[in-house]
Amino acid sequence: MLQGHQTWVFQSKPAIVSSSAVGGPFEARGALNGDFDILHGDIWLGQDSFEKAEKKLLEQACEVAIDKAGIKKEDVQFFLSGDLMNQIISSSFTARTLGVPYLGLFGACSSSMEALALAALLIDSNSAENALAAASSHNASVEKQFRYPTEYGSQKPPTAQWTVTGAGAAILSKNGNGPRVTAATIGRVVDMGLSDPYNMGSAMAPAAVDTIQAHFRDLNREPSYYDLIATGDLGRVGHKIAAELLIKHDREIPPEIFTDCGILIYKENQPVQAGGSGCGCSATVTYGHLLNRMRKNQLKRMLIVATGALLSPLSYQQQESIPGIAHAVAIEM
Amino acid sequence: MSNKKKKKLTLTQQEYQAFAKTLEPKRPVIANCLKAFLIGGIICTIGQGLQWMFIKYFDFTQVTAGNPTVAVLILISTLLTGFGVYDHIAQFAGAGTAVPVTGFANTVASAAIEHRSEGYVLGVGGNMFKLAGSVIAFGVFSAFVVTLFKITLKALGGI
Repeated sequence: MLQGHQTWVFQSKPAIVSSSAVGGPFEARGALNGDFDILHGDIWLGQDSFEKAEKKLLEQACEVAIDKAGIKKEDVQFFLSGDLMNQIISSSFTARTLGVPYLGLFGACSSSMEALALAALLIDSNSAENALAAASSHNASVEKQFRYPTEYGSQKPPTAQWTVTGAGAAILSKNGNGPRVTAATIGRVVDMGLSDPYNMGSAMAPAAVDTIQAHFRDLNREPSYYDLIATGDLGRVGHKIAAELLIKHDREIPPEIFTDCGILIYKENQPVQAGGSGCGCSATVTYGHLLNRMRKNQLKRMLIVATGALLSPLSYQQQESIPGIAHAVAIEM
Repeated sequence: MSNKKKKKLTLTQQEYQAFAKTLEPKRPVIANCLKAFLIGGIICTIGQGLQWMFIKYFDFTQVTAGNPTVAVLILISTLLTGFGVYDHIAQFAGAGTAVPVTGFANTVASAAIEHRSEGYVLGVGGNMFKLAGSVIAFGVFSAFVVTLFKITLKALGGI
């Protein structure tokens, strides 16, 4: 049900009956390695290309989520997924493997919450019994497509971010137990004219702020309603900017409940510059770590604001600025 | 950012960019320069050592020793790229590893390795010079311009 300008409130409160997170070697050495279902020691995952490795990550995440839910893939009516590859091949090829009716999404790194919000909408409108929402990214395949070859020796500035090798998936059901998706705010595209692909945090922060403000305005809520508000992949730089911007706009979020998946996922001493990024960042942190905390009753209500930078490798070479977007999903126990 | 580009931005965009800049960590330029000087210097010293070795122990002169020296440096750089070490050294060294011939070898080798998955023709062959191509194109062109300049000066009775 629409509330306000851009927020859906899900009356039936679809339940996340199961979720999964799969990661690579760098994530295995990260701060949240205990919350992954599968961790790989090899970035190739035994495949002969990085693109195939990413597809494998996503396939495994989907398999684990379906298994954990105790259902068969035939019981899933719709599969919603997004990734960063050209023509979202990781998602589409995974959908080919699954053989489940599929809606491919692209919202750059915000795809994770875009998928979750739409899956919740499908369940809430009685259009599905079970829906599978997923997202993935792979460090090497993303570097290859958007930046330079993996082994190329370029010095990254301190504002750069490290793309997460990982995939996350969640099964949403009409019936069943688990954390419930109660509302979602769909974001607008916000472009502040920044064009440095090594500084995505600053490019996406205004979009995150716009969506967060819209969420609280539409639902007439205060930030204190939530135990945790996590942005997707703003990193240390973008997250600080977002926090300051919110203060400027009189919507301060207490620092102890305001965090970022890109900051949480890695340890301080890992060479990731400003933090993690990619679809896999918000997907693995939310579907792994954060939902686990909810299940352990450490969190009652949380808001995930997945942020995306809607650039293409061509658009930034043509000196176009980087448009940002953010989608927020409220999950309550 | 150039002024021309700034003019296209709205007031809010300019305001935001100025605000964001205050919160962004800067590139540590001086530290980077020192690191580049140190690592670049070490690479050049290794090169000098190799050249000396080729002259002293092999039958090379100061002029001809250049070729085997560069070949050895390229070999080392390509091996380090293949073993996945070069990019880590480069994150520390910056221009120190990019400017010497080792950097050039790294651009070619890394692109060739990266695109192996697309096959030898479309992948390796087609992408090998993806990064190095512009260095070659502009390098050859500027050498051409300099040569033209030199010939003209000579014809006019200069140097």
